[in-house]
Amino acid sequence: MKNKKTLTTLALMLGVYALGHILILTGVINDYSFAVLATTGINIILATSLNLVTGFTGQFSLGHAGFMSIGAYVCAIITQRVEGTVGFVLGVLAGASAAALVGVLVGLPTLRLRGDYLAIATLGMAEIIRVLFLNMEITNGAAGLSFLPRFVDWNWLFLLTAGTLVLLSNFLHSSPGRACISVREDEIAAESMGINTTKYKVTAFSMGAFFAGVAGAMYASYFYFLKPDLFNFNKSIDILVIVVLGGMGSLSGSVIAAVLLQLISTWLSAFPELRMVIYSLMLVAIMLFRPQGLLGSTEVTELLSAKLPQLFGGKGGQKKEEGV
Amino acid sequence: MDVFLQQLVNGISLGSIYALVALGYTMVYGIIKLINFAHCDIYMIGAYIGYFCMTFLGLGFLPSLLVAMLGCMVLGVLIEKIAYKPLRNAARISLLITAIGMSLFLEYGTMFFVTAKLRTYPALEGLMAKSFTVGGVMITMQQVVIVLTTVVLMLGLQYIVKYTRAGKAMRAVSMDKDAAELMGIDVNNTISVTFAIGSALAGAAGVLVGVYYNTINPLMGAVPGLKAFVAAVFGGIGLIPGAMVGGYVIGIIEVLVMGAGYSTYRDAVVFAILILILILKPAGLLGKNVGEKV
Repeated sequence: MKNKKTLTTLALMLGVYALGHILILTGVINDYSFAVLATTGINIILATSLNLVTGFTGQFSLGHAGFMSIGAYVCAIITQRVEGTVGFVLGVLAGASAAALVGVLVGLPTLRLRGDYLAIATLGMAEIIRVLFLNMEITNGAAGLSFLPRFVDWNWLFLLTAGTLVLLSNFLHSSPGRACISVREDEIAAESMGINTTKYKVTAFSMGAFFAGVAGAMYASYFYFLKPDLFNFNKSIDILVIVVLGGMGSLSGSVIAAVLLQLISTWLSAFPELRMVIYSLMLVAIMLFRPQGLLGSTEVTELLSAKLPQLFGGKGGQKKEEGV
Repeated sequence: MDVFLQQLVNGISLGSIYALVALGYTMVYGIIKLINFAHCDIYMIGAYIGYFCMTFLGLGFLPSLLVAMLGCMVLGVLIEKIAYKPLRNAARISLLITAIGMSLFLEYGTMFFVTAKLRTYPALEGLMAKSFTVGGVMITMQQVVIVLTTVVLMLGLQYIVKYTRAGKAMRAVSMDKDAAELMGIDVNNTISVTFAIGSALAGAAGVLVGVYYNTINPLMGAVPGLKAFVAAVFGGIGLIPGAMVGGYVIGIIEVLVMGAGYSTYRDAVVFAILILILILKPAGLLGKNVGEKV
């Protein structure tokens, strides 16, 4: 059962990879649509990593853009100095590790706070990071860094996005991952069952920061240009919107919501004046009609394994329990 | 010393505006536990209503202030009825996203109708344009008007909250919604009243800021809104005196940091102080720590 599932996932991923490759080779995906694709991939990483913190561990964070900016700037500074793919790999690793380190440093004192207080503290942290980047010499202040080398192509984009998803999904099915989920369900109950809640909260928080750093590094290595204002409060909000829209505690929900919002915003770019008005109304409408998000806290695979067999008259429905 | 006093006067004027906006955040949070992100845009709309009253209708300062407060009051209640009320029993995070959606809608809707260009408040005339010097400190009439208006509004708010039936109902609902309902209080009505009062205060702050800084634009609410919210948390969210204290403290700190020549760091300092307060005293300056029940 387990092997079959892994094989299916692997086949699916290879299929997506090959499909993307063919579409690029045949020119169906041009430069413009690849930019849309790259943004989607980056948003998927950001949303799933925030989902780990907010959706699965239940720690409300409004500062994800701060971690993204650390990854972006560290990677940009390294790729400017170290040439070639080595520089890029080094940049991604260093950027993500720096973000994770800041995540631990910020998380240790602030994760004692609950609910909205934590949200405000993380918001403040992201704003402080932004102001520091605005004032530092090496980041070139408000003008930002430009003419950064571009490394992210389809291979890297796919590798990093799919890699993040696999790592996060495996983490959530591991024992520490389940400990994180138990913190969300009931912190006091988890604590009395002997789970070191602080440890798992900080673990989830710094892991989320790590992948946000990866996303930031990808951003820096695709879009040529960085400035601190790209990573303001609104960016954190954008990421949170994807997570809530897809469903808190659903990785596949975040992926679907990231793709969906990207499609909507690409479609809306035809009406520049009304773009944000329509976007905001849609947001309100979706929340009013589906407050739990598109998928709630279930994964798409669970839905399929529960629904598909019924559709085809089989009796596969009960497999669900061992499947997840 | 003079310089310091001068900065203090400027800080109190800015703090008054933060305090007025912070009151709306704190009242709404106290009653439905929602960070009302649309609140800062109601403040922006207030500034625009004041601008249109003064420029196109030729109204004076006081009538414009009242019209803006009334307009914002209606807008605040409408937003609550349309966007927040249907989600009363949903998860709080969905409510938060709705509030963010409303905020974006107000910002970009305004931008669509009045365009993104800066608007300049008409120059003040007569008494309002005067300024005077007390012991080396220059105080403009605008600053006096800002502080006076704020004090009057806050006294009015204190009266409403402490002595009227509506105010008692508000306090009861924020203490325990279910118990209040059982005692015959119309909870929905009380929540609407809270939004009405908070929005009216934000509208007043919008007009005051227009008079003080002269220029307004559709995105002017975002940053002051964030800081007003910080002020509310700083003083202890859900507490009306906390919002007042927080507003003034944040305003004064910000002006002092600017005066010391670190204007680019002012936001960072405000947020650093906030994080420090949260870590040392999570419930805010005036808040009480409530033990957790299992």
